[in-house]
Amino acid sequence: MFDKEWLPEGVERCSFGKFVVWIGFLVVFVLMGVYASYVVWSQGLITTGLNNYFAFGLWIVFDLAVIALGAGAFFSGFLTYILRIDQLKNIINLAVIVGFVCYSGAMIILTLEVGQPLRAWFGYWHPNVHSMLTEVIFCITCYLIVLIIEFIPLILENRKLNKVRFLHHLAHNFHVYMPLFAGIGTFLSFFHQGSLGGMYGVLFSQPFAYREGFFIWPWTFFLFVASAIASGPAFTMLVATSMEKITGRKLVDFKTKALLGKIAGSLLVFYLFFKILDTWHWAMQTLPRMGLTFSQVYNEVYGTWLLWLELGICGVIPAVLLVVPKFRNQPGLLYLGAILACIGVVVNRFVFTVQTLAHPVMPFDTWQVYVPAWTEWMTCIEVTAYCILIISLSYRYLPVFPQERRLNG
Amino acid sequence: MYKLKEFKIKWGMVIDLDKCTGCGACMISCQAENNMAPMPDATDKMYSLTWMLVYRLTNGKSFPDHDVAYLPRPCVQCGNPNCVPVCPVIATTKDEEGGIVSQISPRCIGCRYCMAACPYHSRYFNWHDPVWPQGMEKTLTPFTSTRPRGVVEKCHYCHHRFKAAKEKARYDGRDPMKLGEDDYIPACAENCPTGAITFGDLKNPEHKVAQLAKSPYAFRLLERLGTDPQLYYMSKREWVRRQGDNYLEHEPTKGV
Ligand code: SF4
Ligand code: SF4
Repeated sequence: MFDKEWLPEGVERCSFGKFVVWIGFLVVFVLMGVYASYVVWSQGLITTGLNNYFAFGLWIVFDLAVIALGAGAFFSGFLTYILRIDQLKNIINLAVIVGFVCYSGAMIILTLEVGQPLRAWFGYWHPNVHSMLTEVIFCITCYLIVLIIEFIPLILENRKLNKVRFLHHLAHNFHVYMPLFAGIGTFLSFFHQGSLGGMYGVLFSQPFAYREGFFIWPWTFFLFVASAIASGPAFTMLVATSMEKITGRKLVDFKTKALLGKIAGSLLVFYLFFKILDTWHWAMQTLPRMGLTFSQVYNEVYGTWLLWLELGICGVIPAVLLVVPKFRNQPGLLYLGAILACIGVVVNRFVFTVQTLAHPVMPFDTWQVYVPAWTEWMTCIEVTAYCILIISLSYRYLPVFPQERRLNG
Repeated sequence: MYKLKEFKIKWGMVIDLDKCTGCGACMISCQAENNMAPMPDATDKMYSLTWMLVYRLTNGKSFPDHDVAYLPRPCVQCGNPNCVPVCPVIATTKDEEGGIVSQISPRCIGCRYCMAACPYHSRYFNWHDPVWPQGMEKTLTPFTSTRPRGVVEKCHYCHHRFKAAKEKARYDGRDPMKLGEDDYIPACAENCPTGAITFGDLKNPEHKVAQLAKSPYAFRLLERLGTDPQLYYMSKREWVRRQGDNYLEHEPTKGV
């Protein structure tokens, strides 16, 4: 094999040719997305499905969803380095990589989102301290830097790079400080996950999104944090499992996966308890105060089915599957629970952004339906391909899974 | 989060919906006054750009009880605007005496968060590069900036006219903080053929708007959301007033 000396010691990888074909396949999607980005940047947002009603669309949903799913990184870091749950060391490297790709992917999409990309830096230069979006901009940037710092030692552990004395020591030193970065990451992540929720909760003139709360924070601030830390670990576990299915190798033992499932499940129960209370309060108090009834904020397209899907099928069911040991310990049910939990968080992010805008607030206004354009789909696919590409490269060349040798020995 | 600012002067409008015929003169005056380029397809309301929009309201009944009202909607200049605290770069603020919500286009990054926040759809994104047909540049208002593609814009009660009025008052040796009713008037109000739009200082009892706003027939759009608009509407027809806000079936209408 051409790249043999770069592979981690004692593991098996597919042939270089096969790997190149796989990477080439992903690159095709990346390039198609690059073309779509070019179209958006050169011709403006008129090339998207966004319009006067839908200021936000697929991109925001994608951003919010990947940031929630990437929360496995900070939360696993917190559990591993601060609460010292040692077993999670088996998956923490992957969690960091997933976090990194999710956040950097969201950043790529954000550059498309703004109507004036060349002014994007104004967010740092003229910050409005009242805006939740300002907090998001600062926190996400800082957290991405933390994720890069967390990713570097893993890259330096590549077999060939690690032979360089300096890099070897550097990697070691990074490791020593990892709990510190895990702490900083947790702090930053907590706030931006919350602010992303806060962004919608503070829209006091959008009855569908508005939530009361605690001081300056609407309930959505805390609910977004809770749903992210519930689905993040589940997503990391699913990524590990998909990698096992694709490569045909065992990468993480089932005990660790079940532990992640248990963590995700317990948090999901915690989240659902408050989310259901919040929804009830919103439907019974907030909406009538704004002169609306529950049935008025749903229609045939954006119907209550979304609520049942989010809280029932993708809420209560996965919570049961993940919390009850009998279910959790069956791989099929564990994975099903994790998949449903992840879909639930995506639906949640969708309704808060798109349905909020679809719903007519003025009594004489009308419902609108949003359909994303090819440019939006293509760029989202591009970022997904980019994420898989980075994970593939990391898997091939870096010692991501400490258990791999033993499990396949 | 955001404190309601009080101003000594509060420019406001009262639009009498019983007088409005839906002719659209206000929309056209606004577009001409504020340098809006013709749209590639102005019939496509999903991408059109019009700070002043006339909505058609109906009572939903069939002939002979059918009734129609037209509701012109500029930016309602909320006293407590949702669009201001959300803007990450302070491209929109409400801090000048007079209480007009400003929009600074060279600073706007086009994130559209303010559009999501405004329940009145008063904010418009520039989907297209502004292109004026040759020769039309001679008709542009020199005191209003043009806006590039990719930023959000909105009505600001023809702010350049406010500035000009203050300047004139200073020149004439009058107090620019005590403008008369006719010193400053936005294009839409000036050009409304039926006189449905009245403009002035809501806090000055001598201005007609201050009196009209107190009329039992006066109401504001979506009042209960707490945006505290500086734009009032008036109608003697109860069904029109009911469409001004979301009323639950059993709730009585505001006014008489
Ligand atoms: S679109 Fe412009 S004005 Fe609106 S919130 Fe974003 S930066 Fe502010
Ligand atoms: S009407 Fe909309 S744009 Fe105008 S001040 Fe109110 S929230 Fe802002």
